[in-house]
Order: sequence, then C-alpha cells, then structure tokens
Amino acid sequence: MRRVLPLLALLALAALPAIAGKFYVELVAKIMIMAVFAMSLDLLVGVTGLVSLGHAAFFGLASYVVALAAPDSYTAANLWTSLPLAIAASALLAFAIGALVLRTRGVYFIMVTLAFSQMVYFVFHDTKIGGGSDGTYLYAKPEAKLGDWTLVDFGDSTQFYYTMLGLLILTFAFLRLVLASRFGHALAGIRSNEQRMRALGFNTYAYKLAAFTLAGAIAGLAGYFAAVQFGFVNPEMLSWHQSANVLLMVILGGLGNLFGAIVGAFAFILLQDLFSSLTKHWLLLMGGFVILVVMLLPGGLTRAGEAWRTWRMPARDA
Amino acid sequence: MDVSILLIQILNSVQYGLLLFLVASGLTLIFGIMGVINLAHGSFYMLGAYAAFTLSALTGNLFIAIALGVVLAVAFGYLLEWVFFSFLYRRDHLQQVLLTYGLILIFEELRSIVVGDDVHGVAAPAALAGSIPLGTTMTYPVYNLLISAACLVVAALLFGLLRYTRLGMMIRAGASNREMVRSLGIDIEFLFRVVFALGVALAAFAGMISAPASSVYPGMGNQVLIICFVVVVIGGIGSVPGALVAALLIGFVDTFGKVFLADYAGILIYLLMAVILVWRPEGLFRESAV
Repeated sequence: MRRVLPLLALLALAALPAIAGKFYVELVAKIMIMAVFAMSLDLLVGVTGLVSLGHAAFFGLASYVVALAAPDSYTAANLWTSLPLAIAASALLAFAIGALVLRTRGVYFIMVTLAFSQMVYFVFHDTKIGGGSDGTYLYAKPEAKLGDWTLVDFGDSTQFYYTMLGLLILTFAFLRLVLASRFGHALAGIRSNEQRMRALGFNTYAYKLAAFTLAGAIAGLAGYFAAVQFGFVNPEMLSWHQSANVLLMVILGGLGNLFGAIVGAFAFILLQDLFSSLTKHWLLLMGGFVILVVMLLPGGLTRAGEAWRTWRMPARDA
Repeated sequence: MDVSILLIQILNSVQYGLLLFLVASGLTLIFGIMGVINLAHGSFYMLGAYAAFTLSALTGNLFIAIALGVVLAVAFGYLLEWVFFSFLYRRDHLQQVLLTYGLILIFEELRSIVVGDDVHGVAAPAALAGSIPLGTTMTYPVYNLLISAACLVVAALLFGLLRYTRLGMMIRAGASNREMVRSLGIDIEFLFRVVFALGVALAAFAGMISAPASSVYPGMGNQVLIICFVVVVIGGIGSVPGALVAALLIGFVDTFGKVFLADYAGILIYLLMAVILVWRPEGLFRESAV
C-alpha cells in the first residue's frame, strides 16, 4: 500500500490532461508549483527543525526577477538566463538573511524570519521596483528555445503542466538524494540534538546556513514558475500570509518526509478552492479547519493512520 | 529642519513608540511567562480599534466606549486563555504558530461579518478635537497629546504593578523562571489567565485610544504584530523594560526615517533589528522583567 499509492498518484497526475478540462490542468499545475515550494520549506522545518515564517520572501523575489529580467511587459525574458538569475537571487537573499537569522534559535528564529521577509515585502510594496503595491503584469511567457526550435511553450497549459510535473519529480528526487547524503543526515542530527552534533565536531551553523540557502534557492525555482503561470507579480506573493500558508501545507501533510509537503499542497489548495466556492467568508472555515487539524492531527494527513490507531488503541507503555 | 517640525516629529515618535509598547509588552509577557508565541496578539489591537468604533457609535462618547472596551477586553482575554490558549502550552512552537494563525483568520472574518471591510474613522471627543499652535505656523492635535499621556499613565501603572505588588512579583518570577514558580505552589493557571487578560487589555486599549488619530481598517492588526515582534526581538523576550526601550527606539527610527527617506523608511526598522542581531542576538535586556 505504501509503495502502490504514490505510483497510482503519479499515474493519475500523468493522465490528468487527457481526462480533465483546462481549469483543472491549470489548478493542478499551480498545486505542483506550491508542492515544490512546500518541499523546500520541509527541508528546513521537517528535516532540520528550523521553523521559518518568512519563506515566501525567496519565492516572491524569484517571481519579481521574472518581471525585472524582461525588457518590458510585452517582451518575454529568456528562460536560460532568467531562471538561473532568479534562483541565484533567491539563494543569495537566503544566504544573507540566513547568516543573520541563524544566530538566533527557537521562538526568536520564528519572529526574525517573519520580520526579515516583511522587510523584503516592504521593499517591493513601498518603492517603485516592480510596480509598487500594484505589482506588474507579464503578458509574455519566458521562451525556452534551443536555437530556433521552441523546446516548451509555457503559454500552452498542457505543456506547462507536464513541465511542472517534471519539475515536481526532479525536485522530489533531488531532495531525497540530499536527505540520504551525509549532509542530509547531518541536518537530521541537528534537528534531534544540535549540541551533540557540535560536540561531534560539526559546524552546525554552516550546515544550517547551507540548508537555508538551498531551501531559498528551491523556493525561488517555485516562485519563478508561479510568476510564469499567473502572468503577474505583486507584493502579496512574498507576504507573510504566503509564508504561513506554505507552513500550513507542510504541517497539514506531515513533516520531514517530503511526501507530506506534496500531499499538504494538494489538500490545502483544493480545500481553499472548496471553501471559497461555499461562502465569501471562507477564511472563517479555513481558520477553523487549521485549528482542528493541528489540534487533532499534529502529525499531518500522511500520519493520520497512525493517529487513528493510537487513538483506538493507546500504546501500552504510554 | 525647523524647530517646530522637529518637535512635532519627536511627539509623533513618542506617541508611536508608546502605542507599540502597550501591544508589545503583553506579547513579551505572554511569551516570557507561558512560553506561547501568539500571532493573534495583533488581532487584539485590531479588535480594540473596531470596538472603539462600534462602542463610541453606540454610546456617543469615546471615553465611555474605551472604559467599556477595556472591561470587555479583560473578560475576553480571560475567557480566551481558558478555552483556547491553555491547550497550547504543551504544544511546540510550530503548532502554536499555526493555531494562532488560524485564530487570526477567524478574528478577521468575524470582524468582516460583523462590521464589514470598510475603512472607518472615529471622531475624537469635541473637547479635544482642537489643535495647539507650535511655533508660528505649525499646530499639533490635542488628542494626539492625550494619546501619549494616556499611554504614559498606563505604562507607569504597568511598571508599578510589576514592581510593587504581589501579583507583579509572581509575574516577574514567572518570566525569569517558569518551572520554579510552578514548584513553589503558586496558582499558575490563575496567573496565566491574569497575564493573558492583561496582555489582551493592553493591546485592545492601544487600539481603542489610537483609533481617532489613525483610521480603523482591516489588516491593521497584522501590521502592528510584525513590528511588535521586532520590538520584542530587540528588547529581549520576556523583558518589559526592554520592550519600552525598543518600542521608543522604533518609534523614532520609523518616524524620522519617513521624514528623511520616504519610500525606503519601511525597511529601516528591520535593518535596525539586523544590527541588534549581530551585536546582541539575545536582545538588549534579556531576562529582567522589570
């Protein structure tokens, strides 16, 4: 069951454009982008134990690079230059912010990550960069050309969908490799006992900074394609609500195994869609739902089975 | 810069700083004593401002509205600690963040359902609606002076409570060593409820008293919340004097930043925080409640 389910889900995702309409193809493409974003945060929160409430800054900065790298709103940026530029910008920002915020821990870390992401928000909200508080429209999608031949047309929702599916799989595989590496084990060690890791001779600050920078870079990757899909950028993409939402996705799915982040992204956005179709005041339902899930399923949806079993049959030694 | 303009900016800085202090002092005490990170604290400020709008329309008098509002805020805080926050103490910080974020969504939507999403103004009482002249051409609203004075009185009362009363002694002890207070047989559950109610009342009072000077709008709580986090980080978690110094510092930096830098002023306080983090990552006044 544990092996079959992800495969079935993958098959369903691959078959979706053949059976579903354009609306759902675009919705699921958006979910897959958010899943990449959520996985990058899981590397920090679930794997390393760093609760960041400012992760949207790196996502949003890369979105803005799409707009700023284009000559104007009607001319597309080149994918091969603008994508590395966006990722590099996010990684650099993550490195700079990380170097400061990692001097703190625990609850300070939460507040400080929130505060710095708010600073980035104000840079784009208060100044003329990227169109101020209104943001900028991108009427043209970046071009992915090899010579004269167009590799992928991002304007076509099916082609974009499969590109995002590929991106999701590649990011997942890459992060799995990271987790299985010596570096990943060191991060897990830092989460469970940082003192001991330091005593073992690990420079935990450097490890955490590397994780923070990597997570920022991957968030940038997601932010880049979010801007490509939405066709606009605005300061809300790096607001703290965005940071809180992605944190919700991660905990909703379950921490630390990357699958949870993907499941959480699907659950969160589909629920958002469902609730907002029911009532204008859907945030009330969302708030209630968040509270219920965190109270009742602290391990997230992917560990709901375990929670159900312990509830029915409390462990004997507990 | 003209002396009267300078004076006005100083008065604005002090007013902003003192308002921030009222919100941040509750936030820092709640964290210091109960170990709870409360994202919904800014919502209490927002709810206070909307309470001032609604109650002053009902009663026709801002001061009666504020008195009523404070009583309601204390009751609300006491109840909220009982039915919600008391379940958060054993949860980790991540879960506290998400649970209180859920609470923000609920408060904002309830506000939207009850009062709507419009921006409102609250009239200052007629007796205080005037301005006093400063220098030859400038004036300063009387009501804004009253805000600073009222905040000063409340801040003094808070320090008096913390320093000279038995309750204050328990709160200070709780902020410096929670486990020790528990083991000394102090009714910690009651203490938590009182501190929480106090924090809610301070934030709501700040929202109510400042409502006539600024407008009342959706999302105002979140803006204050994030700046109060900066205050708490700079001042040191759990430290009320630290919160006062940090709040005034931010009041001045933000107000004068807007005068000299215009568009880039929004990021100044965060740069200030960055400097403090490099210099003293634990904040200016770590571990001294008063």
